[in-house]
Amino acid sequence: MSVSTLGAPARADSAQQPPPERKPRRKLPDLRRWISPLAIVALWQIACETGLLPPDKLSSPWTVLQAGIELAGTGELGDAFVVSTTRVGIGFAIGAAIGVLLGIVAGLSRWGNYLVDPPVQMLRTLPFLGLIPLFILWFGIGEEPKIALVALGVAFPLYLNVYAGIRNVDSHLIEATTALGYTRSERLFHVVLPSALPNTLVGLRQSLGVAWLSLIVGEQVNASSGLGYLINNAREFLRTDVIVVGLVVYAALGLATDAIVRLVERRALRWRAA
Amino acid sequence: MASGLTVEVRGLTKKFGDRTVLHELDLDIAPGEFVALLGRSGSGKSTLLKVLAGLDTDVNGSATVDGKVSVAFQQPRLLPWRRVWRNVVLGLHPVVGRDVAIKALTEVRLADHADAWPRTLSGGEAQRVSLARALVREPNLLLLDEPFGALDALTRLAMHRLVEALWQQHEPAVLLVTHDVDEALLLADRVLVLDEGRIASEYVLGHPRPRELSDHIDVRAKVLADLGVTERASA
Ligand SMILES: Nc1ncnc2c1ncn2[C@@H]1O[C@H](COP(=O)(O)OP(=O)(O)OP(=O)(O)O)[C@@H](O)[C@H]1O
Ligand SMILES: [Mg+2]
Repeated sequence: MSVSTLGAPARADSAQQPPPERKPRRKLPDLRRWISPLAIVALWQIACETGLLPPDKLSSPWTVLQAGIELAGTGELGDAFVVSTTRVGIGFAIGAAIGVLLGIVAGLSRWGNYLVDPPVQMLRTLPFLGLIPLFILWFGIGEEPKIALVALGVAFPLYLNVYAGIRNVDSHLIEATTALGYTRSERLFHVVLPSALPNTLVGLRQSLGVAWLSLIVGEQVNASSGLGYLINNAREFLRTDVIVVGLVVYAALGLATDAIVRLVERRALRWRAA
Repeated sequence: MASGLTVEVRGLTKKFGDRTVLHELDLDIAPGEFVALLGRSGSGKSTLLKVLAGLDTDVNGSATVDGKVSVAFQQPRLLPWRRVWRNVVLGLHPVVGRDVAIKALTEVRLADHADAWPRTLSGGEAQRVSLARALVREPNLLLLDEPFGALDALTRLAMHRLVEALWQQHEPAVLLVTHDVDEALLLADRVLVLDEGRIASEYVLGHPRPRELSDHIDVRAKVLADLGVTERASA
């Protein structure tokens, strides 16, 4: 199962809009939307209690909850959380820096376009998760291959969107601002980069989705710490409750980062909303 | 410039591939003079404006402009991600503040939209912002490429009065490209017709302002004939 952050639910954040003072009446989440998810959880619980679902296939929601509380209490879950988030954080930072930088270079300069774009477009077609064996040979089995995998996954969507955003800048705006006396750097900061921002944020969202996915895959292969390790370790002992706890945390992390991007989007693209 | 002219164009030739759009064109515009440029679609009006705006330097001949140039286009071309007042003053050197923008916006009666996003403006409002943005640069030459072409008839009439007032106040030389003969006759000191890559005819309009539509009825017929309206209505 993956943390599908790309088509995330649009409603989850309606209760945490940034300026609450401007909205006197907060929109309440529609309770009717909770009926079927709760029913599914209830059915799941019943299936487990009646023995329809044996615990070595899937634990009951109640057991999962207890396992979660227990793992949190011992600090295991917290440690795993920190390790995994750090991997994604570092990998994302590296990949985003590379993707955005290359996108800007290829988008802005003619030679950058000639030199950077072709190899990136070729590499992009590689199924990057298939590079894991190579990464293990190159980087060993420590943190590096996992971080590298995340960085690689992050770099492409950002590169492609930044590049497209810059290339698609409205030539009429360039013409007008040139005629009005904007300097090169003013054109860059007031015309080119802002016009690339919507695309860049799309890229950011995609790349965060990919980041979690890469992490999960990377942690499955070999890990001695982190959420992936927690899950793999639990498999050895048939602890399906712990596995589900791990999955839930993955999902929550994916949703959380997606919510952050949407918050950034709402602020940065205010001019579009009107 | 020694000649004292704001615009001095000599032997200007512009080719796109082997298609000659401007052919040995000469044009003078005196300081503060209001010139309207008419011509059939595709006759090269925008091309000429781009040369004068410094946007196209790949030409033969000479085109000199004495002093600052600024432009307003048929579409307002505001930066959608900058608020109205920032659109007005961005790109000015030295950098100026909001107060300057507000002053310029007041002249086009849009001071209360200073903090709006361009998206929220009507077509006429956006066009007035574009005018304020052009005028705040205190140009010696104001180039207008069909600035009212996309507006409805009523708004256009109001814009004529506004442009006339702003011109009288700031006294830039103006080169107004338009398809609207009446607009040219209302506003301009001189009407030029561009054809075959050069200024084919020229009419000096002496009537005092503000003018009525009937004031240059004689010139109107001639200009329309130059544009080929009488015998080649479908051209
Ligand atoms: N970048 C370009 N490349 C090739 N041909 C061009 C280019 N720009 C303009 N032209 C050609 O030059 C001619 C004059 O174009 P221009 O835009 O100056 O016409 P115009 O008089 O402004 O027309 P309109 O009244 O329709 O705006 C047209 O035939 C056009 O096709
Ligand atoms: Mg034109």
